[in-house]
Amino acid sequence: MNFFVIGVNHKTAPVEVRERFAIPESRLPEATQALTSYSGVEEGMIVSTCNRVEIFARAKNGDCDLHGFVRQYYGFRQGEYEQYTFEHKHLDAVKHVFRVAASLDSMVVGESQILGQVKEAYATARAMGAVQSQLDALMSRAFQVAKKVRTDTQIATSSVSVASVAVELAEKIFGTLSGKSVYLVGAGKMCELAARHLIAHGAKKIYVSNRTYERAVALAKKFQGEAIPFESLYDSVAKADIIISSTGAPHAIFRKEHGEKFLAQRRNKPMFFIDIAVPRDVDAALNDLDGIFVYDVDDLQQVVQSHIGDRRREAERAEALVQEEVLKFQQRLQQADVVPTIVSLQEHLETIRQAEIDRLRGRLGTLTPEQEIAVEALTRGIVNKIMHTPITTLKSAAREGEQATTVVEIVRKLFNLRSAHANQRGQACDAEQPVPVAAAAKINGSSNP
Amino acid sequence: MPQLWLRLATVLYGLGLLQSLYQLVRRRAGEDLSRFAIPAVGLGMVFHLVSVVERALLFGYGDLLTIRYAGSGLALLIVIIFMALFARFKTASPGVFVFPLVFLLTFASAVGQQSDMAPVFRSKGWIATHVALLLIGYAALFLSFVASLLYIVQSRSLKSKQPATWLSRMPALQVIDDLGYKALLAGFPFMTIGLIAGSVVAQEQFGPTYFFDPKVLLSLLMWGVYVVLIYTRWSSGWRGRKAAYMATFAFVAAVFAWAANYVSPLHRFVAP
Repeated sequence: MNFFVIGVNHKTAPVEVRERFAIPESRLPEATQALTSYSGVEEGMIVSTCNRVEIFARAKNGDCDLHGFVRQYYGFRQGEYEQYTFEHKHLDAVKHVFRVAASLDSMVVGESQILGQVKEAYATARAMGAVQSQLDALMSRAFQVAKKVRTDTQIATSSVSVASVAVELAEKIFGTLSGKSVYLVGAGKMCELAARHLIAHGAKKIYVSNRTYERAVALAKKFQGEAIPFESLYDSVAKADIIISSTGAPHAIFRKEHGEKFLAQRRNKPMFFIDIAVPRDVDAALNDLDGIFVYDVDDLQQVVQSHIGDRRREAERAEALVQEEVLKFQQRLQQADVVPTIVSLQEHLETIRQAEIDRLRGRLGTLTPEQEIAVEALTRGIVNKIMHTPITTLKSAAREGEQATTVVEIVRKLFNLRSAHANQRGQACDAEQPVPVAAAAKINGSSNP
Repeated sequence: MPQLWLRLATVLYGLGLLQSLYQLVRRRAGEDLSRFAIPAVGLGMVFHLVSVVERALLFGYGDLLTIRYAGSGLALLIVIIFMALFARFKTASPGVFVFPLVFLLTFASAVGQQSDMAPVFRSKGWIATHVALLLIGYAALFLSFVASLLYIVQSRSLKSKQPATWLSRMPALQVIDDLGYKALLAGFPFMTIGLIAGSVVAQEQFGPTYFFDPKVLLSLLMWGVYVVLIYTRWSSGWRGRKAAYMATFAFVAAVFAWAANYVSPLHRFVAP
């Protein structure tokens, strides 16, 4: 389990620091290259977004100095940056990867962008061969966990921005927004933003009214909408289903009597007023009318807050799920871990057996074919008897998971085996992963981890 | 045998009822409802259908038209419509209102005494038309009533500015509204023709005195409210609270008209 991660995120570092760590997309392949060629690093991958920079690595032998890499790559001096970085090793690193991909580590928990960003970083690293075997397994598992978190918990079902809450509420009133018309009162930036959101969800006709008519015309043009002189505001508002108001008027411009008139004109079809002006443009009393729904900035903000609360509760369930997945992943890796040891144990004893037979062949003289077979059988029998206990111990340790690493260490020490990687050096590199995993499945009996 | 199937259906509807009560108490989202209650009620619907078909085959469809089994027939219609809506809108929220009614209607048919006299009418065809059409009319009216209640619940939740999470799976306001109005429109011709068919039979059987039967009077009242309901909706788009009051009124009238079976000499099938 030689996974390591170092990085900065929105919790550990202010934006000025994150900026210095950020790696633009164009330079990402080069940075990944630098990472994998850094001493001790076998595989590596870098995720860089505006909220985080994460450097993932798998070490060749037990440890790798990612701080060293950070200093080398960014040219930082020791003691200059450490207070801003976080670092996780082994199992903690696995958990961290899972949490990041599942958007549990995000500023807005449950937002979906981060998964896409991690996937992109993974694609980049994979394309250049920086991610091959175990890191690859880790990342694919992380993506599955992220998906599971999204489907099994409701972490991402509620909207958490004012504009998306407005859309969500509009959809709760009108069902679908397609074909609905939107009236913008005031031509400010906020209005435009909210309108854009509604249009993206299907709203058709846009009307714009503003005290300065030219600005209304300019904004209407952007949405291929219709500009309406401010004087005819009250005569035209009833045409719209959704009204977004953000004028600088000191008093409410829509009062209860207006609302009653609108409803009569619309034959009581519902209307949704989104009031983003401060001081408010829409009298709160309008909300008392059957069929008119008024939300001001505070109301929208309140919905956002309650959704964030919902997400936090769901996040707790998601954390438990991630923890479970980390343990499963660990077990799987441990099972994969004992296989090389078993193989090298077998190879080691076979070498000894062959060497001993060869050494004594001179003294044995010529053997009949039957005797030849008997010697083979005798030596093989001894070797198998000796190997039996260590192998069963290894297998059961892998099944139990807990002390697999310790048992592997002990067996290696007792039989003076070299490290698994050293043994496999001779074999094709990309054959490394498939063999142990397949074998691990065999050891496990049948169950697929 | 049909009685056994009917009782089985009643038990399954009862499970649905329990679930909806639980949901009301816990105020949790409809997902709980659909996971457990929908399969139960769906299975109940199948048994119910089997029971009705078997009864018709065994005793002739005239048996289904007795007061006792008309309730079960109405329940079956409502469940079928509910299931169709569930398939279409993926919402089980009307269940809160639908399941109790369905359960009560079926329960009454399932445990009642086998004492109804078989109707002895000259024109069985007209009676069948009368009952079947009115059942559909009742089902539509009930659905429209449920929709107007849901409309109020959803509208309140939106106006409270804290849309409760347990309501989050309810259909949008306008969808509920459409549903209620369409049910109302669809039910109206059935109700009207059903009443006309009833009058024809009664005229033939009892002569003009039938008109002063309590059930007949209540049915006419119900029909009148129905007309007003559609008219206000059509002319001034009444929705929400006002529409719900009207729908409640129509529904109460319908309940009385239905219950009048027990005081109406005509509908007890006691020859005058």
